[in-house]
Amino acid sequence: MKKIIFIIIFSLNFFNLNSDEKTKLHFEIYKNIRCLVCQGQSIADSNSEFAQTVKLVVKDKINEGKSEKEIYEFLISKYGEWIVYKPQFNKNNFLLWFFPYLALIFGAIIIYALIKKKENNKVN
Amino acid sequence: MKKNLLKIIISVVAIFIIGTFYVSLKKTEIYDTKNLVGTNLDNFELNSLNKKLKINQDLVKKSQYTLINFWASWCAPCRAEHKYLINLKRNAKNLKLIGINFKDEKKNANKFLSEFGDPYHYSAADSKGKVSINFGVYGIPESILVNNDLKIIKKFIGPLNQDEYTSILNLTN
Repeated sequence: MKKIIFIIIFSLNFFNLNSDEKTKLHFEIYKNIRCLVCQGQSIADSNSEFAQTVKLVVKDKINEGKSEKEIYEFLISKYGEWIVYKPQFNKNNFLLWFFPYLALIFGAIIIYALIKKKENNKVN
Repeated sequence: MKKNLLKIIISVVAIFIIGTFYVSLKKTEIYDTKNLVGTNLDNFELNSLNKKLKINQDLVKKSQYTLINFWASWCAPCRAEHKYLINLKRNAKNLKLIGINFKDEKKNANKFLSEFGDPYHYSAADSKGKVSINFGVYGIPESILVNNDLKIIKKFIGPLNQDEYTSILNLTN
């Protein structure tokens, strides 16, 4: 009897855990999909017809076993890359990905040059 | 030398930032069809609005051209484009019209069609709107012109107007 109760409780917890993970994944994906008919909102924040429909489609795709990447690729194929907040890395947008690092490096060079210049001025 | 290099670097960064803002602010087209035009229609299957019939890609293959129109009885702009759809059914020789009723009540959809006329050769119901995402639909009304190879020739976002009506006629006749 104890064993049966243990198995039931364990199974319930397992399913709860699974559904929690799924809900988390849903929300992660919703947050990264732009509501194309709204002003600067993700579908997670919107209740528009478009957002509601895309949410249903995302839920279906997850239930079909599609990965996050596959879901983004599907939506990009229909609506273009604008639909995802985090653009995928490709030859058209590599600068976008590297620009923060380039800015950091150039910024560091500029600061270093300015400090050096100040030090040289002090010595002179 | 160092001073000049600094000036060049700062200028390049400034030009890049200003350029990015300029291009982005100039860009007004949020609704874009370039991802769909020229691609092939995905397989789909919907129930007919009234008949015991499956509306799918095989039906599209049968006609030289098909205009798939997304509409609903609650959509005001759909009323504005309705006369063009009626005229297309009448005047476009090689065109079949499939109406996909989007997130609507069957009785309201039928009332709309009996009141304003039925422009469609086939009517399908997408009660949850999920199939419309396969067609890259933003909202309704929208129309997609497809040939019998299932290739998307043109997509019309918003209600059809006189120019679009003429362009569909020219393309299909």
